[in-house]
Amino acid sequence: MRYYTDEHEWIDVEGDIATVGITEYAQGQLGDIVFVELPEVGALIEQGKDAAVVESVKAASDVYAPITGEITEVNPALEEDPALVNSAPEDGGWFFKMTITDPGELDALMDEDGYKAFVEGL
Amino acid sequence: MTDHDTEDHLEDLPLEALPLDAWHRARGARMVPFAGYEMPIQYEGIVAEHNWTRESAGLFDVSHMGQLYISGEGVDAALEAVLPIDLSTLKHGNPRYSLLLDENGGVLDDLMVTRWSEGFYLVVNGATKWDDIAHLREHLPDEVTISHMDETALLALQGPQAFAALDRLVTGEAPLASLTFMKGAAFKLGGVDAWISRSGYTGEDGFEISLPAESVAAVADLVCAEPEVKPIGLGARDSLRLEAGLPLYGHDMTPETSPIEAGLLFGINKRRRTEGGFPGANRIIREIAEGTARKWVGLKIEGRLPAREGAEVFSGSDHIGTVTSGGFSPTLSAPIAMAYVASDHAAPGTALEVEVRGKRLAATVSPTPFVPHRYFRGS
Repeated sequence: MRYYTDEHEWIDVEGDIATVGITEYAQGQLGDIVFVELPEVGALIEQGKDAAVVESVKAASDVYAPITGEITEVNPALEEDPALVNSAPEDGGWFFKMTITDPGELDALMDEDGYKAFVEGL
Repeated sequence: MTDHDTEDHLEDLPLEALPLDAWHRARGARMVPFAGYEMPIQYEGIVAEHNWTRESAGLFDVSHMGQLYISGEGVDAALEAVLPIDLSTLKHGNPRYSLLLDENGGVLDDLMVTRWSEGFYLVVNGATKWDDIAHLREHLPDEVTISHMDETALLALQGPQAFAALDRLVTGEAPLASLTFMKGAAFKLGGVDAWISRSGYTGEDGFEISLPAESVAAVADLVCAEPEVKPIGLGARDSLRLEAGLPLYGHDMTPETSPIEAGLLFGINKRRRTEGGFPGANRIIREIAEGTARKWVGLKIEGRLPAREGAEVFSGSDHIGTVTSGGFSPTLSAPIAMAYVASDHAAPGTALEVEVRGKRLAATVSPTPFVPHRYFRGS
């Protein structure tokens, strides 16, 4: 199941692990990405707190944790090729995986249709 | 996802539309607030536009900038009283870089001054133009008139193919080829009267084109129909000027910085360095003789993480400076920055560190420009 936030992140849930990235719309808004600062594996991050920073040519942008959990893995490919976030934002350009402390937090997120409508309204 | 960007949002004022507003939108530009206007930050993407300008030619809309015409009895002497410029050596048609200074020698703006037959044509920064006009009205005598040319648009065509593209479209008393870097003349461009100078803000060969706002959309269409030319947004304008080591007013120099600290000695013309007689002359002449405690330098940063405006610069545990402009250089595929640093750490090759979000990045003082200028000074 894939969820979306109004901060333009997507969350794939498989069992008790969530994979997090930013959406196609978000990468388009950011432009050419030159660096992604990822969290430390093992870090506990609360929903809504800073989890990563995306640096484009022009500016730095924060990525917030969409849910509360512990970081279990970060995408090693982004260090070598941060432009993966531009070319494959919802696939190979994922940011990190985390545990799901409170599955209830997922209920407040959007599904694909909901996010589509949200973006069209921007 | 939230930008911590430090753009010039004049948020309290309603945003104005540029003469090319609809033209930008029709070409897919993303518009952002800048200097009180909605301006195109990018069309297809900053890196693609940046590289296109370095390899071919890019058309920039810089109509937000202030274009002023200053004339009247005694205008030469009156302008020399407010600018550290030597107008006795300024020939008709040629733009020259100058600085608007306050009484302490702090920088109020940087600008271009061109002698026209009766008076002077000035181009000032968009974000400061209203303050500049007020300052000039206050400090110029009543016999001197300031006209704000607010029905006039300004385009810049920049890049190694700019000449080839523009040369097909213009006619004038002299050929376009007669303009070398920092020379200007009147031309017809697509039947429209245009003032064209060979100048710009990218480090590339190129032109700045002043023309009536009512004709600018037709001329922009004409220029962009040339195969070498694409429209380029503000984002690439900033990355291009940073690679060229050119300062941006409000970031790299402000009323808190002197032109000597900023390395803008060439903006204080020779005769004025001895004669003085301009705002802040005492401090500036002293700084020319004695040096300054800090200097504006280039920094090459290791790794890929850019250091941006406001990042602090260290030598060991000593805080010795602050970044004023920084970003990722598409040409060098590496982060670059400009910073004020203590003068004893300003020599090229000096190893320093820049702090970004608590991390220390290795940086080396680098000569500027980071990417060599390619101005056309004659064949």
